[in-house]
Amino acid sequence: MAHDHDHDHDEEHTHPPSDLELRVKALESLLVEKGLVDPTTLDALIDTYEHRVGPRNGAQVVAKAWVDAEFRQWLLRDATAAVASLGFEGRQGEHLKVVENTATTHNLVVCTLCSCYPWTVLGLPPSWYKSAPYRARAVSEPRAVLAEFGTELPVDTSVRVWDSTAELRYLVLPSRPAGTQGWSEDQLAELVSRNSMIGVEPASAPPVESSA
Amino acid sequence: MIGAHDLGGKAGFSSVAVTTESSEVLFHNEWERRAFALTLATGMLGQWNIDESRHARENQEPNRYLSNSYYETWMVGLQTLLAQKGLVAPHEIAALPKAETLAMPAQAKVELAEGLSARTPAQAAAALRRGGPTAMETDAVPRFSLGERVRVLPMTQAGHTRAPQYTHGASGVITAYNGVHIFPDANAHRTSGADTVGEPLYTVEFSSVELFGAVSQPGDSVFVDLWEPYLSYA
Repeated sequence: MAHDHDHDHDEEHTHPPSDLELRVKALESLLVEKGLVDPTTLDALIDTYEHRVGPRNGAQVVAKAWVDAEFRQWLLRDATAAVASLGFEGRQGEHLKVVENTATTHNLVVCTLCSCYPWTVLGLPPSWYKSAPYRARAVSEPRAVLAEFGTELPVDTSVRVWDSTAELRYLVLPSRPAGTQGWSEDQLAELVSRNSMIGVEPASAPPVESSA
Repeated sequence: MIGAHDLGGKAGFSSVAVTTESSEVLFHNEWERRAFALTLATGMLGQWNIDESRHARENQEPNRYLSNSYYETWMVGLQTLLAQKGLVAPHEIAALPKAETLAMPAQAKVELAEGLSARTPAQAAAALRRGGPTAMETDAVPRFSLGERVRVLPMTQAGHTRAPQYTHGASGVITAYNGVHIFPDANAHRTSGADTVGEPLYTVEFSSVELFGAVSQPGDSVFVDLWEPYLSYA
């Protein structure tokens, strides 16, 4: 994969040569000419996944589970239905499973065979999730991978890695950070990062308030 | 097939590049946006299924698979399917600028199905909402029970499969029965008109120590979703 080359990761935007740019453009023209593709549909699809469907959906699910015990139970029992009740359903979220972090268990999601990911709640996967190093190592050395994200687990916490080999899509329910009693769902959702729902990081701690 | 895409547990990879850039940017170039959208939009024409699509991407020469960027591989898959399904003639693919060598089916000819036409934005939005559920209503009785120990069969077939190599020959415990789902190994090589094959789908828990040896911490485990034909009694 291009992002495994040994150049600086931040230069990636300069990588693919204009060859590919030309080729994709020509293929699009060919398909439009044949009446198989409508360019305004392409624009709409891009807009959907760049601006509308993303990890804020998942953060809303997690925050609700933290404040609403009944919803949390439903989510763990039938995530597809519970998540649909918030309006998130469809492609790459047809069969959702939510796995819960506890004091003794930490969950991590990967797709070793391609890039399966719960689009309805997280949008499209980040580059690292699709990269060969993550796909290779998340199953065989999850603790080393977590450490690369700055996540160190206590030795008595067991790691459960979920390899998305079928059409079941996994979302991690991270633990609610301490010091958030009485917070609203909207406030809590701010603490729920995309990475915490893949399982490479915990949910963020509340910002330290400067005491008066 | 155990191709280069079957990466789980393969040794020698570098650290996972965790940078702000890599974690937040979904597309690096405009062509990646278009390649993504072209793949979704043509997929909505209903001429191929998700397993054929995955197989078209993974069925590449290993060096090429590993050196391609993510959306380059999507483009390989898309061009292969367009030619295979007769939506675009191999010579039209070959005439695209900067043509690369793609394994094109020799006998493919362009024969557009009656009424096959571009999806509108509204039709595409409806298709995203519908998605493509793979669970099938059947009265099939699963062969294995919850808590039962099973072993993954050695995999020798040439075609598409979703049993990752690191599980082959390993034993694990059934932790969930997920109903009957479309069986990818059959679905990726489906001939037109053939019935969709469904098989019971389980979630199997493997001990990380059993899979990867002493580098793993006892108590850690890997959960893999596996169809019944992949499994035998342990």
